[in-house]
Amino acid sequence: MELQEVEQLAKLARLKIDQDHAEQLRTECSKIVALASQLASVDTEGVPAMAHPHEVSQPLRPDEVTESSCKDALMALAPAQEEGLFLVPKVIEEA
Amino acid sequence: MSWQVVIGLEIHVQLNTQSKLFSGSSTRYGGEPNTQADWIDCALPGTLPKLNQAVIPKAIKFGLATNSRINQYCEFARKNYFYPDLPKGYQTSQLDKPIVEDGFIRFCVDDANEKKVRIERAHLEEDAGKSLHEDFHGMSGIDLNRAGTPLIEIVTAPDIRSAKEAVACLKTIHTLVRYLDISDANMQEGSFRCDVNVSVMPSDSDTFGTRCEIKNLNSFKFVEEAIAVETERQIDLLESGHTIAQETRLYSPERKETKAMRSKADAHDYRYFVCPDLLPIIVSDEEIATLKAALPELPRAKRQRFVKDFALTDYDAQRLTETKPLADFFEDVVKASKANAKLVANWILGTLMSAANDENLDAYATPISAERLGLLLTRIEDNTLSGKIAKTVFAKMWESELSADEIIEQEGLKQITDTSAIEAIIDDIIKANPAQVEQYRSGKDKIFGFFVGQVMKATKGQAAPAQVNQLLKAKLSTS
Repeated sequence: MELQEVEQLAKLARLKIDQDHAEQLRTECSKIVALASQLASVDTEGVPAMAHPHEVSQPLRPDEVTESSCKDALMALAPAQEEGLFLVPKVIEEA
Repeated sequence: MSWQVVIGLEIHVQLNTQSKLFSGSSTRYGGEPNTQADWIDCALPGTLPKLNQAVIPKAIKFGLATNSRINQYCEFARKNYFYPDLPKGYQTSQLDKPIVEDGFIRFCVDDANEKKVRIERAHLEEDAGKSLHEDFHGMSGIDLNRAGTPLIEIVTAPDIRSAKEAVACLKTIHTLVRYLDISDANMQEGSFRCDVNVSVMPSDSDTFGTRCEIKNLNSFKFVEEAIAVETERQIDLLESGHTIAQETRLYSPERKETKAMRSKADAHDYRYFVCPDLLPIIVSDEEIATLKAALPELPRAKRQRFVKDFALTDYDAQRLTETKPLADFFEDVVKASKANAKLVANWILGTLMSAANDENLDAYATPISAERLGLLLTRIEDNTLSGKIAKTVFAKMWESELSADEIIEQEGLKQITDTSAIEAIIDDIIKANPAQVEQYRSGKDKIFGFFVGQVMKATKGQAAPAQVNQLLKAKLSTS
């Protein structure tokens, strides 16, 4: 794994890391990738892809409104709010 | 050099469920901010998604109506990105195994010639919340009511070749999802919105150019405008020796231009993986068969039937089948009336629709029920009323609950069709206007209108016009 990839991943995950830490993560992540890569050596010719090991499907619930507003409890967790909205540093994707 | 535009659509359709895709919060539009977002929607630690059973049949219905394959084993994936209106840090969506794949849709653009556009896929996913950027002293406000609302995202192949085709395709899908009753498709409320992929290539080429994606268009008009200006922008760049950068752009209706979004270059590195919190969805053959059997008559079949059975033009059939309630209303009027279907179509698309528009009503939900309109049109058909007087009766029906017959009776509006009565009136007029008669006979045909006017005046407009014309011609040329 390249240092550049570690930095890219950190950026996507909004993690701030310094150079030493990046090098350490590079070593650790490389090992993890190598470990997982062992799976690639198994011959899977003709074996269908599997997302889950269990022979069960997703349980479903009826289409009913069961929750009432928990706005007050949620707002109590927010560092900033106004007019019922959570306030966050300005994010704008505009032309 | 001449250029060909190439267009593909990504359409987000909000499914008309009561509750969200993975939680029991309400999906109602217009609630107070953050009152319809629960612990699951806000991604509090320890919560797990619970899939809404109503969304699966709705997605399957769309697949069946677009000749698509239904993936009977499908799974959810996480699409990872950071944005404040996405509390989980990922959107639950589908990647490798969407519920609907490889279909097509047919539609008319200008005439009866049909165009076919492939549907690459339609997958289930959740909507994000809403960011509000005004008036929060440099901060953004977040409303999570919409977070977790169920959507299907429909992706077409790049088979579309003009802005007009794109709009026609979009309108066809808009009509279809309402027929299927899987979405209210209300564009003002964002229940039906569209991203458009646009590229251009030389007309004699079959290699696509670099495409740009124009995001979040929520009206047919904006789709058409945005494609037009984006096409022009790309052609200008290429003709002046530049290249097109693949990017996401936004359309500004005020400025009539598209502009690149200030997104970071890595915004599309979504690192999808199968969602470990959700098990696969398994759809049985029986479920598909049951849904297939229960599909309503679809807009295209209905349009073709209207043309065939009622001898309507393609254009009229298209307009009448735009919504199912309107098509049903038309058929109810035809049933309730002795008038021919063409007359019914003309009245619904003309007089009724314009009166309904004036009061912001749908044509099928005005004071004029199918039965009342049917009787009025019967009275045109059997010559009790001229088309013109029928409009007067219609106006009175709109203001009251009286039937056409009651109004005709009360107001004495019955058309005069008695030949001898009309002839007597014509004789008087000929006698009183010798100069005009002379002019007509010496070849001044235009004066004929004067005589028609006189007869109508004498009968308060109640003489049958066709009959008046015929009798007048005969009298003026003989006596």
